[in-house]
Amino acid sequence: MSAATTDISMDAERAATGWRRLVPTRWIAHLALIVSCAIIAFPLFYAVIVATQTNSEVYSYQFTPGTAFSDNWNIVMNLNKIGGYMVNSVLVALAVTTGKVILSLLSGLAFVYFRFPGKWIVFGFVLLTLMMPTEILVIALFRFVSSIGLSNSYGALILPFLASATGTFLFRQHFMNIPAELSEAAQLDGANPWQFLFKVLVPMSWNTIAALAVIQFIYVWNFYLWPALIMQGPERQVIQVGLRTLVAGDTALRFGPMMMGAVIASIPPLIVFLLLQKQFMSGFALARDK
Amino acid sequence: MNPSTPLLVLAVAAAVGAVLLNLLLRKQSRGMLLVSAVGAVSGAVGAAAFMVPLNFCTFEAERDPVDFWFGIGLSAIGILAVTGLASWVLNSILQRRRLFEVQSSPGAFRGSGLAFLFLAPTLIILVLFLYYPFIDTFRLATLLARLGIPRTAFVCVDNFTRLVSNNDYLQVLGNTIWQSIAIVGFSIGLALLIALAAYQPVKGARIYRALLIWPYAISPVVAGIIFLILFNPTGGIINYALQSAFNFSIPWLNNPSAAPWAVIIVSVWKSLGFNILFYIAGLQNVPKDLLEAAAIDGANIFQRFFRITVPMLSPITFFLIITNTTYAFFDTFGTIDTLTGGGPLRSTASMMYSVYEVGIQNNDLGKAAAQSIVLFIFVIGLTIVQFRTAGQRVNYGA
Repeated sequence: MSAATTDISMDAERAATGWRRLVPTRWIAHLALIVSCAIIAFPLFYAVIVATQTNSEVYSYQFTPGTAFSDNWNIVMNLNKIGGYMVNSVLVALAVTTGKVILSLLSGLAFVYFRFPGKWIVFGFVLLTLMMPTEILVIALFRFVSSIGLSNSYGALILPFLASATGTFLFRQHFMNIPAELSEAAQLDGANPWQFLFKVLVPMSWNTIAALAVIQFIYVWNFYLWPALIMQGPERQVIQVGLRTLVAGDTALRFGPMMMGAVIASIPPLIVFLLLQKQFMSGFALARDK
Repeated sequence: MNPSTPLLVLAVAAAVGAVLLNLLLRKQSRGMLLVSAVGAVSGAVGAAAFMVPLNFCTFEAERDPVDFWFGIGLSAIGILAVTGLASWVLNSILQRRRLFEVQSSPGAFRGSGLAFLFLAPTLIILVLFLYYPFIDTFRLATLLARLGIPRTAFVCVDNFTRLVSNNDYLQVLGNTIWQSIAIVGFSIGLALLIALAAYQPVKGARIYRALLIWPYAISPVVAGIIFLILFNPTGGIINYALQSAFNFSIPWLNNPSAAPWAVIIVSVWKSLGFNILFYIAGLQNVPKDLLEAAAIDGANIFQRFFRITVPMLSPITFFLIITNTTYAFFDTFGTIDTLTGGGPLRSTASMMYSVYEVGIQNNDLGKAAAQSIVLFIFVIGLTIVQFRTAGQRVNYGA
């Protein structure tokens, strides 16, 4: 080895120790992550504690479980009937998620495995709806859904949300990465598109399906403005609006029941999310790489 | 109205369209007469697209000057849009690009009827529940309409022009913009700082990821309720901690200059972990040899950060700005409604919250629709930025 190369490698080494200062050492990384996780976790942790406390226990700032768990449970479940709202939300979220996945699979199939005139116009027509978030349509949608007599029904919470440009896009993208030989082989074997979809594409798409499902489940679970407008009675109301019954009222806030309601309402989306977080992240990465 | 007004407006629009299309297609050497004719037609169509539904009301003599200029603006947008489209179509035709070509796609099934059968449910729902309300929003915005009352009155563009002269709405607009900038800026800035300290591959990355990102699954309403207690003036733990440590407290929810910060803190809390994760993933993809090479060339730590790391992260930063801005504009509604109710003194009323107040609480659908359209303009802006940056990504070659 010549002197020159040794020189350069020493230079590189010196530079490497210098630039390592930019890269955090392991314990700094752990420290930063632990502190961030703790700060992020604190509000929910405290909410769980308060959910078991009486108001006077809250005022004395104890970080230990209080004595009012069953009282608060009683208020939340029996007085404010949060359970019924939870059931409604589960029903609506499952219905919209399932419907959206199926409709998106079908439209993805049509865009990738069929030839038809004006395909890109139809695709543009679907994609254009990305610029029409429900929030800006809510006033007109309210008028329309009321006028066709759907208000106060599960249909009002489910039907308008069954189609999805994001879902169509996600499956189109996924199908286009599947080799064309697969569908050619399936056609040689005499499979119709329907069989091809369920026997070949769906088994290859579970990750994409899970990614769409977890994003949609949480999106629907968090519905607030729309159900607050379109549902009048409490019978079919969803949990986010139902929680208002714990906050509203002329009496002073009852901290324990409020927190218990908030915690209960967060359990289903947290479970879904933690089970499918890997697919969630990849789903976002997919949507980003359009 | 003077019966010649529509003709005059359309004639001017046609002239503008003709000139505009000639400018747009000046590189094409084809017949100026054809281009001018197409331009004139598209100019007139563009102006008519807005003015026929409005019945040319903005140009009536008894209207305010504001309405007149608003009408001019609308016509200009229409002319630009249709002429732009015409220039694109004409260009495609002149270059013999086929617009309705059936592209060959390998592995396609036969039968295009079946394709429409598969697409039908999606298209029907999009038309009924997205396109129809979308167009109806524009129609509603020209009306005085109330829920449950079938009779409506046409008010021309008053619902829009009154927004401009309405200090209350200007305050809402200002609130939304500065609070969104604060939410997005703090959330992304903090996330980058934390990610810079934490991006090295460490043991237990899966656990950290779960512990960072879960607030994404918490609804804005639940976040509002949890922080309603944390910020509470009498039993709130945040003021208790401030009081114990620094001997002062902040009237979070009762003071118009503090309340926006309460909303901002909740929103940052909810999105921080999500942003950290994306930055950690991005930082792990910055090639180490590039940083080493720069270090050898004598670049100091700041130069390396701003010249290499920041540009390499820019696709992720753009993505996060878009998602976080959308969140700040729309998803904060649930938090605001539970935490502050838009107050005190409307200091936390966002544009979305204002749509709800005007449309539902005051039952003025027309004004609410007009405010929705203002929101839509922001959505268009975001979408354009999104497509621009999606194109840029490719050039970085990262």
